[in-house]
Amino acid sequence: MSQKKEALFSKKNKKLITDPLDDNNPITVQVLGICSALAITVQLKPAVVMSFSVLFVLSVANVVVSLLRKFIPSRIRIIVFLVVIATLVILVDEVLKAYVFDVSKELSVFVGLIITNCIIMGRLEAFALGNTPWKSFLDGIGNSFGYAWILIAVAFFRELLGSGTLYGYPVLEKLGIYNFGYENNGMMILPPMALVTVGLIIWVQRIRNKKLIEPK
Amino acid sequence: MDLNKNTYVFFFSTAMVLVVAALLSFTSIKLKPLQQKNIALENKQNILSSVGIYVSREEADLNYEKYITDSFVLDSDGQKTDIDISSVQLNKETKKPKKEQNMPLYISNIDGSEKYIIPLRGTGLWGPIWGYISLDNDMNTVYGAVFDHKAETPGLGAEINRDFFEKPFNGKRIFDLEGDFVSIAVVKGGAKENDYHGVDGISGGTITSDGVTAMLKERLDKYLPYFENKMKENEVNDIMNFIDEDINLNDTINKLN
Repeated sequence: MSQKKEALFSKKNKKLITDPLDDNNPITVQVLGICSALAITVQLKPAVVMSFSVLFVLSVANVVVSLLRKFIPSRIRIIVFLVVIATLVILVDEVLKAYVFDVSKELSVFVGLIITNCIIMGRLEAFALGNTPWKSFLDGIGNSFGYAWILIAVAFFRELLGSGTLYGYPVLEKLGIYNFGYENNGMMILPPMALVTVGLIIWVQRIRNKKLIEPK
Repeated sequence: MDLNKNTYVFFFSTAMVLVVAALLSFTSIKLKPLQQKNIALENKQNILSSVGIYVSREEADLNYEKYITDSFVLDSDGQKTDIDISSVQLNKETKKPKKEQNMPLYISNIDGSEKYIIPLRGTGLWGPIWGYISLDNDMNTVYGAVFDHKAETPGLGAEINRDFFEKPFNGKRIFDLEGDFVSIAVVKGGAKENDYHGVDGISGGTITSDGVTAMLKERLDKYLPYFENKMKENEVNDIMNFIDEDINLNDTINKLN
């Protein structure tokens, strides 16, 4: 660590946010959080809500763990992470239930699922444990956005092709596409198609970004 | 300091658990009244929408007072009891043996005719499902139905709380032409036309759909004694009305003569 005080948004810090969007995307490159990408991308709405929840939990958990990083005994660090994440998730759930009941109904099981999201655990272990709170915060934000855009992209295609709607709005019906004999592809609703969609995104990403291709 | 010494690990975990426990129980206690109020209002909202009255949660209280004219608890013979309806928890009742169950019932008055609202509770794929179904005063035709769930799969089973699933229940019948109880089934692949006892299922949500079918059958079955009594009562009333009309008619004829 250099003694000189680093600017809040120095080049290095900006990279913490931009890297996870492409070069070091949590889903397509780090392959973390795949499970939730399969489970909740049937429709856009839960995907968006999940993204926001992960944004909150990941950035706060990163900061908390980073603050505690000099006090956490390494032998029980995973348990400590789990407790921090679970506490945050329960807090979020309780507050939502009390103040924004409708949102909490919308989220239902997903709030609990955040605990099992590997991205959070992965970032705590890989980043927050060795970096300052501010950097960890930026890392949390960056990774959440990297996670969010994949989630939303997958949900966009699955909802559009599987149910013919976007955010619950019947786009295809309004466009009158069904009149030409088009039918929704029921397979898009099923979890395996999420994996295929993620696969296609990874493919496109690697065509664009040569850095990601492993040398032969 | 050695962070991995046993004493320190014990000290750290104890402190952590204490802090977390205090924080969580504090929030839980602080927020409980607000949460319970939300749940109570949502129940009223659901009861109202089962008879076709859609109001926001804030207006649920007012409209509940206005439209729900009576509510009481029945015993297994269909007789009214004086148990407080708000003390009956359906998730506990459904676990009791049939003879000991108490059945809550809400009565609403819409456009001068009575609707009977029956609370439902069953199991879906991942957790409990519940809802309300309202019957016309013939105790047979469904007037409206609402469903909800705790944790069904989004986009699949979770769709049972959507209009496209709930609306087809309207006008269905729970008794067949011979007067036997058949309930209403959620049919995989879609119900046939003119099927008075079936509605369309949700593709990919079969287990939740089956849960709805089972829940309706199990719950409605418990109210049969009450329905029978009520139907007999209605028949007697009809005959009485008929006789009254006859007498009136005779009177007018006599007067004219």
